[in-house]
Amino acid sequence: MENQILELQYAMDTFYFLVCGALVMWMAAGFAMLEAGLVRSKNTTEILTKNVALFAISCIMYLVCGYMIMYDGAFMLSGIAGGDTIVADALAASAEEGFDGGAVYAGASDFFFQVVFVATAMSIVSGAVAERMKLWSFLIFAVFMTGFIYPMEGSWTWNGADVFGLYNLGELGFSDFAGSGIVHMAGAAAALSGVLLLGSRKGKYAADGSVKAIPGANLPLATLGTFILWMGWFGFNGGSVLKLGDIASSNSVAMVFLNTNAAAAGGLVAALILARVLFGKADLTMALNGALAGLVAITAEPSTPTPALATLFGAFGGVLVVFSILALDKLKIDDPVGAISVHGSCGLLGLLLVPLTNDGVSFSGQIIGAITIFGWVFVTSGIVWFALKAIMGIRVTEEEEAEGVDLSECGMEAYPEFATAK
Amino acid sequence: MKLVTAIIKPFKLDDVREALSEIGVQGITVTEVKGFGRQKGHTELYRGAEYVVDFLPKVKLEVAIGASLLDQTLEAITKAANTGKIGDGKIFVTDLTQIIRIRTGETGEEAV
Repeated sequence: MENQILELQYAMDTFYFLVCGALVMWMAAGFAMLEAGLVRSKNTTEILTKNVALFAISCIMYLVCGYMIMYDGAFMLSGIAGGDTIVADALAASAEEGFDGGAVYAGASDFFFQVVFVATAMSIVSGAVAERMKLWSFLIFAVFMTGFIYPMEGSWTWNGADVFGLYNLGELGFSDFAGSGIVHMAGAAAALSGVLLLGSRKGKYAADGSVKAIPGANLPLATLGTFILWMGWFGFNGGSVLKLGDIASSNSVAMVFLNTNAAAAGGLVAALILARVLFGKADLTMALNGALAGLVAITAEPSTPTPALATLFGAFGGVLVVFSILALDKLKIDDPVGAISVHGSCGLLGLLLVPLTNDGVSFSGQIIGAITIFGWVFVTSGIVWFALKAIMGIRVTEEEEAEGVDLSECGMEAYPEFATAK
Repeated sequence: MKLVTAIIKPFKLDDVREALSEIGVQGITVTEVKGFGRQKGHTELYRGAEYVVDFLPKVKLEVAIGASLLDQTLEAITKAANTGKIGDGKIFVTDLTQIIRIRTGETGEEAV
């Protein structure tokens, strides 16, 4: 009888992991729609191509070597199915962990849940470099980012490995529950180094220093994308509890869902009101960024805050993201969708909020962790971007940019009926 | 015969059409156009940065009428399209040398 209950728990935890992974996979659709909505119509096909291709590349690279580097697995996932003794092994592990210990689930479900996080980190980059980066340079960068750069910092954090044998983030009191830093800030760091080497879109900053708006083509798509991300985030944070099969874990999962939703709501309302106060109008794109900012801010610790605190933390994110977007524009760092602000600035905020509600985590550990993740990803990404720039170039020509990268990179317009509308 | 060309705000089109029907105008031709006048477009705000809308959407309507109907037509359009705010538009009047109804071959005032 006990074995049957253990089997049921195993099945439930594995099933929960897989469903959450599928929810996170759907965030790729959210990023694709958000980015397609916030670029101009002449760059739609290209941004969609980047989004589908980067997802596929992430899946392949993490399968080939990313998972091996991050979690000491085997090359090409060899042996992940578990072999002949899988049932006996799982029952033994379950009996040892008991009902209160760690989760025991299928090895393949762990890979599936982890791989969609890699794709999320990479999706962040595509929005920031939109409308001017060469398609193939971007895709080659994705190979390095998802096969090596992200798995390395992932091994130092979620896998608990020493950072080049020098220090251990876990021992320093670092904690990042679902990846405010490990996934989101890492993606933003890669995006930032790319944008700095790439430059701004033509026409974004005038010679006199003023900032020119380049409105997105399709706000319904951007809104749909935000809602899809909001939904996918329940898998992102909820799945990161790693276990459902006992009362304590189930309650934790429920709190994570509740707090994740609350933070998104707080972020949206805060950004909407702040935009109204600052600009005198309800800026939808800022409100959308605000919801995502709230989600990123709660991701580092969605289980310990009270619902009211989670809403407040989300609101902090919503306020920070608006000022961050304005500040980046002042610095002439052109980010068409606000990805660096949403995922970078608010990812850092998320890390720094953890010690407020989780006693086991220290501010110093969070700061060292943030510096480690950001420094590693920013520098290694910069090296890859720089090499790509030297070898094949990362930016389309001025004429191609004016015509739209849909034509130059993909030879196909997203809305051919409106060929005259540039 | 006169050709009255009026540039008006798009949302006033229905009012103008009604006003013209009431005074007996038989037909109008409408085109969606863009342009600017003394107002010179306007600026909008997106994510805290300004962008200029150089050409504002307007509706252009063309009305061919007999000379006797001119004053009434001008009054009807002026009244119906007026909001008192900047950007209400303009009316241009030109002489019309000939009108031909394609179906019957009628010409001049009879073809209006």
